[in-house]
Amino acid sequence: MFYREAGQFKTSYKADQALLPILQDRIGLAVILLTAFVLIPVFANDFFLTSIMIPFLVFALAAIGLNVLTGFCGQLSLGTGAFMGVGAYAAYKLTSIFPDANVILMVLLSGVFSAAIGAVFGLPSLRIKGLYLAVTTLAAQFFLEWCFIRIPWLYNYNASGAIEIPRREVFGVIVSGAEATPIARYFVVLSITAGIAYLMANVLRGRIGRSWMMIRDMDIAAELMGIRPLQTKLMAFAVSSFICGVAGAMMVFFWLNAAEPSSYSIRLSFQILFMVILGGLGSLAGSFLGAAFIWILPVILKFVPGLMGIDMAAETVEHATFMIVGALIIFFLIVEPHGFARLWQIGKQKLRVWPFPY
Amino acid sequence: MRNFKQLALGTAVAAGVGLSGILTSAVQAQDANYVPLLTYRTGPYAGSGIPIANGMHDYLAMLNARDGGIGGVKIEIEECETGYNAQKGVECYEATKGKGAVVYNPYSTGITLQLIPKAGVDKVPVLSMGYGLSAAAVGNTFPWIFNVPDTYWDGASVVIKYIGEQEGGLENLKGKKIGYIFLDAGYGREPIPLLEQLAEKYGFELLKYPVPGAEMQNQSSQWLNVRRDRPDYMVMWGWGAMNPTAVKEAVKIRFPMDKFIGVWWSAGDDDAAAGGEGAKGYKALNFSGVGSDFPALDDIKKHVIDAGQSSTDAESVGSTLYNRGVLNSVIIAEGIRTAQELTGKKVITGEDMRMGLEALNLDEARLKELGLSGFAHPMKVTCEDHAGSHPVFVQEWDGKKWRQASDWIEPMTDIVRPLLEAAAAEYAEKNAPWPARTEPCPN
Repeated sequence: MFYREAGQFKTSYKADQALLPILQDRIGLAVILLTAFVLIPVFANDFFLTSIMIPFLVFALAAIGLNVLTGFCGQLSLGTGAFMGVGAYAAYKLTSIFPDANVILMVLLSGVFSAAIGAVFGLPSLRIKGLYLAVTTLAAQFFLEWCFIRIPWLYNYNASGAIEIPRREVFGVIVSGAEATPIARYFVVLSITAGIAYLMANVLRGRIGRSWMMIRDMDIAAELMGIRPLQTKLMAFAVSSFICGVAGAMMVFFWLNAAEPSSYSIRLSFQILFMVILGGLGSLAGSFLGAAFIWILPVILKFVPGLMGIDMAAETVEHATFMIVGALIIFFLIVEPHGFARLWQIGKQKLRVWPFPY
Repeated sequence: MRNFKQLALGTAVAAGVGLSGILTSAVQAQDANYVPLLTYRTGPYAGSGIPIANGMHDYLAMLNARDGGIGGVKIEIEECETGYNAQKGVECYEATKGKGAVVYNPYSTGITLQLIPKAGVDKVPVLSMGYGLSAAAVGNTFPWIFNVPDTYWDGASVVIKYIGEQEGGLENLKGKKIGYIFLDAGYGREPIPLLEQLAEKYGFELLKYPVPGAEMQNQSSQWLNVRRDRPDYMVMWGWGAMNPTAVKEAVKIRFPMDKFIGVWWSAGDDDAAAGGEGAKGYKALNFSGVGSDFPALDDIKKHVIDAGQSSTDAESVGSTLYNRGVLNSVIIAEGIRTAQELTGKKVITGEDMRMGLEALNLDEARLKELGLSGFAHPMKVTCEDHAGSHPVFVQEWDGKKWRQASDWIEPMTDIVRPLLEAAAAEYAEKNAPWPARTEPCPN
């Protein structure tokens, strides 16, 4: 009833193949964009922007990156954290070599470096599949992490081994460094994430995306139909690493301000992987939902006891949050192994036939 | 399954409550000085973090219970769990700074590094007591950061000085091998530039054994190398689970324990106790009192622990790290008191607190008044020097407890200070445009 597309006629191929052919979807997206670009900046406080929205968008972008590789092309990867790190260190080196260049451009450019490195580590994917490929990407994770610690050139010979982000202005607005306002950083992160998500939405339903999905569903059949596996898989690795690299660079430039190699450890890889699995493999919306679940929920849950007037020690809250989130992960995986994206689809279906379920 | 569903529903409701709380939480009108404590009682570093968190909390709670706070105004204490994780630390910082925080104690070099650029912008000082960025001691470059009583470089110079004493003079260090085992993070790498400088000056060989944070409970390969290299002394910069593991491994390879010296963060009771009987003789630096024989600690027992307002068990009062936490809170409390005196205000802001810390003068008379005579070396902060390079002592583990094994040893200020100045200048240059100091000097 609420979601019925009956009566919405398409009179051209263009309209039929639009990104969102159904009116309700377009309204929904407009509402989300309005909230993100207008309502949140107007009403949210600094904490909400810096500790919830910015990390959420960064993680959502990283989840999109991994989803391209794992969800759409079917190549399991455990190297996401390291590829994000490559982006971060590349962007850091670029801004220290070209201090006057536009920092947003540098962040986007850093993705090229992680794409190149991702493609190199994607080479074994032609011969190795499944869990074995996961092990080779794990090797990438450890090797790159080792580089971040052991190659002092990467962090400009800083005694503490951390990269610290200097102040940079874009069109007269400070966007990185400690003086950057949360609003400015939020808008940069939001624009980059929304832009890349829009781009990927179109790539994924076009020729390139379809060839990835063919490889995922049955690589031999895909090969017989004229898809070249090496190029396709490498392209998936490169695109995925590019997005992850941009996310990693944004993570340190617009969120953390400083990062140690441990910020890009295997923990981060698993965190992103869980976002993708929980959100839904092979779904862009799922990447956002998964990131929201893994990042936002624990942060918010921490505030609940205090607001309800219950006096709980900080570490007890931490433990409780851990347990609740853990239990919820199990719950959702039992109820819907295909993730939140699938739950949302089921929900749409229910709305369509409401109030006469069958 | 139904329980699961209820859990899911309950969480959704809870998340809604939490979200509305975050969005509406405004700055409350306050009649207390709000001190957020970034602590970690969970994760791999909890072993070191818990006694410190207890010590910090208990002293402030004792002031509230005994004196009604400081200057007649209560201290509002709130702990935020960081898990020694820099991201969570920043999250805690963002969550608490809006409530009028007067000072931050990150208890992690990683979190401190993140907060250093923010402190001047948000006008809240950072007190990194004996940790963090060594160069932050240069007050003219870092007006908002305080690392009293000592920087890591002071500590490293004391270790070398002490080893020199054992060998009968610093000139005898020539040709000796000194091993340095450290947590491979910002914290453990901080003293390396100074140690390298000293190695060059005194002609000893510095052997480095990094221990990655993820593998700090498995140090067999590092200690295998130690056995092969046979260093004359071992120096350790460890934290959390790394300390007890290292002591255990040192005992296992029969390294002479009296030649194994830890920094003040490797001086926990549990750290040394892990080595059992074989750990006897293990040494560590320290700058906060040994034992619980101080009137102020008795007050803590009486007003806080016996009143059931703390998660400390009575035996751990007086352990090295607990006392360290207490000393940290003493500095906070004295900073607040000094700020109240300087400004005449009862409820102070971060800016007032900065002045208070900069004018801090904890002399022998004041320590006695606090019931902490001999608990710490008298310390004084100046506008130029936020660390003060105060003397530290070496303590030794006798198999059951720590006892003081040396007098107060002065750091090699003549070597450390110029290096600190150079490092501060370098930091400012790397992070250009670094703001020049505009804050007035209260002294």
